[in-house]
Amino acid sequence: MMLPDQTPPVSETADETAPARPYFSCAGLRDGALAMSAVILSQSAFGFVFGTLAAQKALSLTEAVIMSGVVYAGLSQVVGLQNWPHDFTAATLVPLALATATVNLRFFLMSLTFRPWFGALPAWQAYPTLFFTTDAGWLRAMRYREAGGNDVGFFLGSGLLLYASWLLSTALGHAFSTWLADPKAFGLDLLIPAFFAALLIPAWRGARRAVPWLVAGLVALAVQFLVQGYWYIIAGAISGALVAGLDRDA
Amino acid sequence: MHEGVRGNVLLAIAIMGMVTVALRLGGFFLMRYVPVTPRVRRMLDALPGSVIAAAVLPVAIQGGTVAVAAIAAAILVMALSRNDVVAVLAGVGIAALLRLQGWS
Repeated sequence: MMLPDQTPPVSETADETAPARPYFSCAGLRDGALAMSAVILSQSAFGFVFGTLAAQKALSLTEAVIMSGVVYAGLSQVVGLQNWPHDFTAATLVPLALATATVNLRFFLMSLTFRPWFGALPAWQAYPTLFFTTDAGWLRAMRYREAGGNDVGFFLGSGLLLYASWLLSTALGHAFSTWLADPKAFGLDLLIPAFFAALLIPAWRGARRAVPWLVAGLVALAVQFLVQGYWYIIAGAISGALVAGLDRDA
Repeated sequence: MHEGVRGNVLLAIAIMGMVTVALRLGGFFLMRYVPVTPRVRRMLDALPGSVIAAAVLPVAIQGGTVAVAAIAAAILVMALSRNDVVAVLAGVGIAALLRLQGWS
């Protein structure tokens, strides 16, 4: 799944775009789907929880699955349900839109990072592919990209698999909403944090390149204490990127 | 519980969906107009690690012993095995074991 990348022998200047053009392949689709095997369990558990919550909020099974298919962003769906309007007016829909935007603002940052990779694709291929952006899929795809990969199929394969399992687990959670055992007992609530943390290891490029991460973590911690809601992720991530931008000789 | 689909529920879902799609596609679109200088590239490259740190550190601090143990185990096993499935199973397994023992 890693391409034999011809690394330039001298210095690889940072503004160089990757040598080969991006492409889609079936092998990439498969590899991308396989790369999500660690994630799919927790994502399904989360989908099940969302389906159950939707049933408790009196959404029909069809409505719950439509929400999972259209929004496709678990945390924002749960937050949306927690703030679900009783009457649908501008006064209730605007806060719903704002809450969704806050929770999902990180997708905007992820979207930025796809430009150097997908930029050479035709728009009709690049934009639909971006619809499938998830936390885990993005992080894994960035690692694949850093290892020299250029196959957009890898990202799409991970996205399509997670999408299918998200819809399925939503439906199951709704249909069997009385079955829900405690996912915490199995440690499943920590699966995604554990997966994220593990991805720091292959991303490690020495202590200097990790300074932005440290700043990001500390800022997130401070913002989480000071500000309600999910602003802390975006505040930390932007701080980390800014610190990386300040470092002149990295 | 009713069956079928209500119009106002669809409207709320559509609003949430449009917001989310705009964010998923918007950054990529915006970067058409931003030249990827070495500095911009460094900032983009720092984003994955920064998002991880910003998302995980508060979870670890708030989650107490079990969360710290699970995350530490995942990092350690990843460093040793370089296999994310094994690392994640180690993290989740430690958490399940500790909770079985009554830790929180």
